[in-house]
Amino acid sequence: MDLRDTPDEARFRAELRDWLAASLPDGLRGHRGGAARFEGEAVREWSRALYEAGYAGLTWPKEYGGGGCPYSYQAIFLEEMARAEAPHHLGVIGLGMAGPTIIAHGSEAQKARHLSRILSADEIWCQGFSEPGAGSDLSAVRTSARLEADRFVVDGQKVWSSFAHIADWCLLLTRSDPGSERHAGLTYLIVDMRSPGVEVRPLRQMTGEAEFNEIFFSAVEVPVENVLGEVGGGWQVAMTTLLHERGTLGFALTAALEVAVRKLIELAQDRGATATQRDAIAREWIELQGLRFTAYRSLSALMKTGVPGPEGSILKLQWSEANQRLGKLALELLAQDAQLLADNAPYGGYWQHHQLRSRGNTIEAGTSEILRNIVAERVLGLPRSR
Amino acid sequence: MDFAFTPEQDELRSQARSFLAAHPEPSWAELAGLGWTGVSVPEELGGAGLGFLEEAVLVEEMGRALTHAPFWSTVAVVLPALPPELQAQVAAGEASWTLALGPLVPDLDTATRIAVVGGDSIWELDGAGREMLQTNDATRPLGVVTGGSAGRRLAGSELLPRMRTRSRAALALEACGVGARALELAVAYAKEREQFGRPIGVYQAISHPLATTYMELELARSLALWAAWCIAVDDPQAGLAAAAAKAQCAEAAVAACERSIQAHGGIGFTWEHVLHRLYKRALWIQSWDASGAQLRSEVAARLLDGEGE
Ligand SMILES: Cc1cc2nc3c(=O)[nH]c(=O)nc-3n(C[C@H](O)[C@H](O)[C@H](O)COP(=O)(O)OP(=O)(O)OC[C@H]3O[C@@H](n4cnc5c(N)ncnc54)[C@H](O)[C@@H]3O)c2cc1C
Repeated sequence: MDLRDTPDEARFRAELRDWLAASLPDGLRGHRGGAARFEGEAVREWSRALYEAGYAGLTWPKEYGGGGCPYSYQAIFLEEMARAEAPHHLGVIGLGMAGPTIIAHGSEAQKARHLSRILSADEIWCQGFSEPGAGSDLSAVRTSARLEADRFVVDGQKVWSSFAHIADWCLLLTRSDPGSERHAGLTYLIVDMRSPGVEVRPLRQMTGEAEFNEIFFSAVEVPVENVLGEVGGGWQVAMTTLLHERGTLGFALTAALEVAVRKLIELAQDRGATATQRDAIAREWIELQGLRFTAYRSLSALMKTGVPGPEGSILKLQWSEANQRLGKLALELLAQDAQLLADNAPYGGYWQHHQLRSRGNTIEAGTSEILRNIVAERVLGLPRSR
Repeated sequence: MDFAFTPEQDELRSQARSFLAAHPEPSWAELAGLGWTGVSVPEELGGAGLGFLEEAVLVEEMGRALTHAPFWSTVAVVLPALPPELQAQVAAGEASWTLALGPLVPDLDTATRIAVVGGDSIWELDGAGREMLQTNDATRPLGVVTGGSAGRRLAGSELLPRMRTRSRAALALEACGVGARALELAVAYAKEREQFGRPIGVYQAISHPLATTYMELELARSLALWAAWCIAVDDPQAGLAAAAAKAQCAEAAVAACERSIQAHGGIGFTWEHVLHRLYKRALWIQSWDASGAQLRSEVAARLLDGEGE
């Protein structure tokens, strides 16, 4: 056990810190997040700069344009990005889900076509899993894919699809066998969002922004070479995507929470805090350290054994609930000023946005109830509730 | 960055777990015979020359087993204040210690010797009477000392903050052991006990609090291991880490016991079941030295007022 950087890790961290200090445009530092980050070209250019400096896809194999680095480098990267308050690479779904799924299940042609373009932010991806009738129970998807000669014809509707309005490609879970039920008969397609018959309608969230969308598919033609994995084997491929959604996110989440806790402490120093609020702030700082070191433990297990430790399954659950508590605590410190928005608001409305956006955290990427089911059944070994 | 135990440390843990399961009331001499009382004592003094991480492994296992021996008092608290020949006695199993810091003294029924603080030094207390009190946790009873006088000078009192940090980290680790065992009992029971024709673990009103318990215990354990590592390498954050860990681990262990009692129904409320003993140890740990709220106020002073940096 040694929580310090190895000499190689320390060198990587120092180089990265220097690079960030020199390369991060001032206008992007401390960017609030949310939908505003997709406006204009600045974040796309920033993403490309990350790619050119070798910081996109650090853990991906070198042959696909990645860095071939150990997972600890990715952790350091996320920590330093958060410390510098640098915005994330634009291709959140591409880097976190599409890429790892294609690496695991893709054909050589798919790998060659997409992987390096994901890293360079030339391709933005979205995830088309949820449907009006299939949310927590993903196996209820009904969007149909009918095989006709050398192509699938897709009809149906997806919902809550983040980034679909800026996406070039979609990870689409479909039902290819109309008589099938549940986990059988599903096929995983990668769909060009510019295909005829694809229509994206943005949905406005409670923050007032539109980060997610409905996607309608009417007779959309998808060539068979765009099947990811086997026809009828879509469920297994979807599980890879979800594993990556929930697994490798731990460090990104911790790093983001660290920024928010730092801002909360500054807010309390600016505005003063009651004894009860001081207690709550200390608790959040302590919980943050617990989360950080749990992510380290899970990462150490991953580096030693190739699979993340079971404790990794709680990171998103804990983070989402902590992030919500932070937002509420900050608004309490702001008192009546918490009602102000945008330019009128202290800190440019950072906390008002944070608090509302955090309500989505316990719903997206698996609700807290579903994550508790997963811990109960897969980690504790309790009998299945369904 | 490496946050995993070595194979030797894992081996020590499995040895401790199986020994303590087979010998729930080990004597001090038995613990010494296993090399545990001298695990961090230098080899030339008859110890194993290891460090706080190995002590951490043992303390966590003793918490799980509710070991009634003055291991925490002796090894986690007093040992750093002992001169070499007295450390050798601990390693050999010839002496065990407790620290009388306030009116209530832990492990007074089992520790053979007593340390006290007076002026700028820590002394051995000679010739004191001991009176045991009726207390909640029978596995770590409290007593009071009467009379006695300062005997041999052990160390300077500037060591006290370090001893307190070690004490807090060790209690945090014990709490992890207590909480993990309470959770295991609840999980086993939820799989086996049937009501309405199904194992009670299928009901989310049972399974979700247990999932929450797992989450809280793992997060708390990460804090305790962080504190232990800080102590092992003399990291300047050790004091802060130990305060954070004690606050979080004690509360997580108490909550784990409470949820486990609830998941057991009537049987969990009985004197015969081990749960109340785990619960009482968790409550003991929570109340000793500083409560969660007091520890968080120390942490808040560091974070918000820049104190203690
Ligand atoms: C901000 C945001 C971004 C998103 N981005 C995407 C995206 O990019 N792509 C995508 O495909 N989806 C996305 N989603 C959708 C998200 O995955 C779903 O909303 C989520 O899985 C829940 O499904 P649902 O909304 O249909 O709710 P439901 O599944 O209908 O759940 C309603 C309530 O019932 C509870 N519940 C359901 N089943 C159980 C059970 N077995 N036990 C206990 N409680 C249960 C839920 O926890 C919830 O509280 C996003 C959602 C949000 C909020």
